[in-house]
Amino acid sequence: MSETVSARPAADRRRAGPAVHLAPSKKTRTPLGWWRNPWRRPYILATVTWAYLAWSLLPVLIAIGISFSAGRSNAVWQGFSTQWWWGHPKSDPSGALFVSPELHAALIQSLRLSFLTMFIAVPIGVAFAIGISRWRGPAPAGANFLMLFSFVIPEIIIGISMFLFFTYLLKFVHLGTGAQLLSLVTYQVSYPVIIVRARMLTVGREYEEAATDLGASPTQAVRRVLLPLLYPAILVSFVLVFADTIDDFITVRYLSGGASTEPLSVKIYDFSRGTLTPAINAAATFLLFSTLVIALLGVYLYRRITSGQRGQAQEMSDYLT
Amino acid sequence: MPDAPVSRPHRRVRVLPRRRPRDEASGAWYPRWYWPGFALPGTLWMLVLFLLPFYVVVSIAFGTVDPVFQSPLPVYEPWWWTSRYLREEWAFATGEFRAVELRTIVYVVLATAICLVIAYAVAYYVARFGGKRKGLFLALLIAPFFISYLMRMLSWVELLQPNGYVNTVLTFLHITPHPINWLAGVPFTVVMGLVYGYIPYMVLPLYGFLDRIDQSQLEAGRDLGASPFRTFIRVTLPLSKPAILASLVIVTLPMFGDYYTNNLLSGSPKTTMFGNLLDNSMEATGQGPEAAVLVLFLVVFLMIPMLYYLRQTAKAQRDQ
Repeated sequence: MSETVSARPAADRRRAGPAVHLAPSKKTRTPLGWWRNPWRRPYILATVTWAYLAWSLLPVLIAIGISFSAGRSNAVWQGFSTQWWWGHPKSDPSGALFVSPELHAALIQSLRLSFLTMFIAVPIGVAFAIGISRWRGPAPAGANFLMLFSFVIPEIIIGISMFLFFTYLLKFVHLGTGAQLLSLVTYQVSYPVIIVRARMLTVGREYEEAATDLGASPTQAVRRVLLPLLYPAILVSFVLVFADTIDDFITVRYLSGGASTEPLSVKIYDFSRGTLTPAINAAATFLLFSTLVIALLGVYLYRRITSGQRGQAQEMSDYLT
Repeated sequence: MPDAPVSRPHRRVRVLPRRRPRDEASGAWYPRWYWPGFALPGTLWMLVLFLLPFYVVVSIAFGTVDPVFQSPLPVYEPWWWTSRYLREEWAFATGEFRAVELRTIVYVVLATAICLVIAYAVAYYVARFGGKRKGLFLALLIAPFFISYLMRMLSWVELLQPNGYVNTVLTFLHITPHPINWLAGVPFTVVMGLVYGYIPYMVLPLYGFLDRIDQSQLEAGRDLGASPFRTFIRVTLPLSKPAILASLVIVTLPMFGDYYTNNLLSGSPKTTMFGNLLDNSMEATGQGPEAAVLVLFLVVFLMIPMLYYLRQTAKAQRDQ
């Protein structure tokens, strides 16, 4: 799709602006003339954009920095140390992320929930997307509607309805890891469906038809032809589901049923409202790093799968927009 | 669908003529349950774990009280539903909670409007003038998706503390004589938090759309003598109307259920929003019916934007 954006001529003309079209005359040198010059560069928009980017990312960088602070304050950086990560012999080590039993258990729970959710939600979602794209009739439209509905509904509604469901009807599912997992998958399964379905629509059914015409069985056509075409979309789904699950605290918080099954995200939320120490920054930074590791792994695999194909970066961003 | 090639092998079809699938284009024989089988696990999952829980919510909202234990008793048969809880909560909703509801709407509308202005400017600049830096811009715009919402809020909680960096800068520049307590129920902080939290979800869809606008249409506008501003008002803006509406819905829906931004950045009853009512109803035990009824109210309130968004998505998929 990058070919359709033929912005070059217009953009170039604008950049080379005054030199080509209006030789620097008196008219453009006065402030009002500068303002009225239709070919001047968009300074105001550029400022807004850079200011927005700084505003959206600098606070996070500061928060990461504070996780390496030597003081107890979470508002000001007080020298470098890793005491909030691994503890420090001179200070009380129980507050550090990897030392405190509470935070350490929460960390394990976070990773366990994210990986399990990822490996349950993505296969179900991918199969659903494949089935829904090929199955004809009114039934798939209804199923797809239900799936998309779970995507647009505010998450707190899913959390509350799941909580009431497990306390009033499905009483044998105890609040804890099981209930958390079931609701996380319910909330996340729509991501792979949307991403893979979009890819199915661009792929079309010609490749499968060619395969079956050449003698492949339906299952062979799906496994050897369709699935490889969907690998990029499946990979993006894995990364997005992981990133979204490890940060999730809204549904999970209602379904924890005790401090022992609360993941790191819920701990961060609870501590943020009470006693904040840089250990909470360390916890949040850890979540960010684990997401980054999965995302980089995804990019690496993506490159390997699509090596030699057109504009991968463009395509990857297409999934998100 | 392309026309079926003439010389396609039909042997399977001749053996089993009655079970031949309807789609003519495929050469292989597909069992009738082949494609539905793929969709089955997901469909069942959503029926049991999305639709059924919602039915439980409705049953509790229309349910009664257990005569012995005085605990809420869901009623699953629609013909025995009672409107007792509904009437109780409706009285709250039109009385005590009215201020909260109005405040929620004001905050959400304000935050969405600010989001739109900033997001449109950023998306427009990157789409049209990104040039060689487009990849970098895109990476920076996508980055917030991989940073947890909590971390982004946490960083503001820390910046806005009485001894935080924001107050340090403001007092250093003598903009305020004393540090301001931003986190003690200041509406400005909450609205800013909402904007900060949800704006990435608006920038990317807008960028995706503006990037696909055919530049020759804009050039036509300019060539015919319109000023850049006029071209924008008469060409770009009308073209991007569907994207604007869709991104407004994407951002507004979660804002109505948001309680955490508010709790983290203010926590004061002065800035309570509807999401906080929902969350508070879950904190107290035995409040099932209240939570259920509030969920029902919210779903009914958001039904039109949700259906609008679903219809747009379905339409976009059909057009592709």
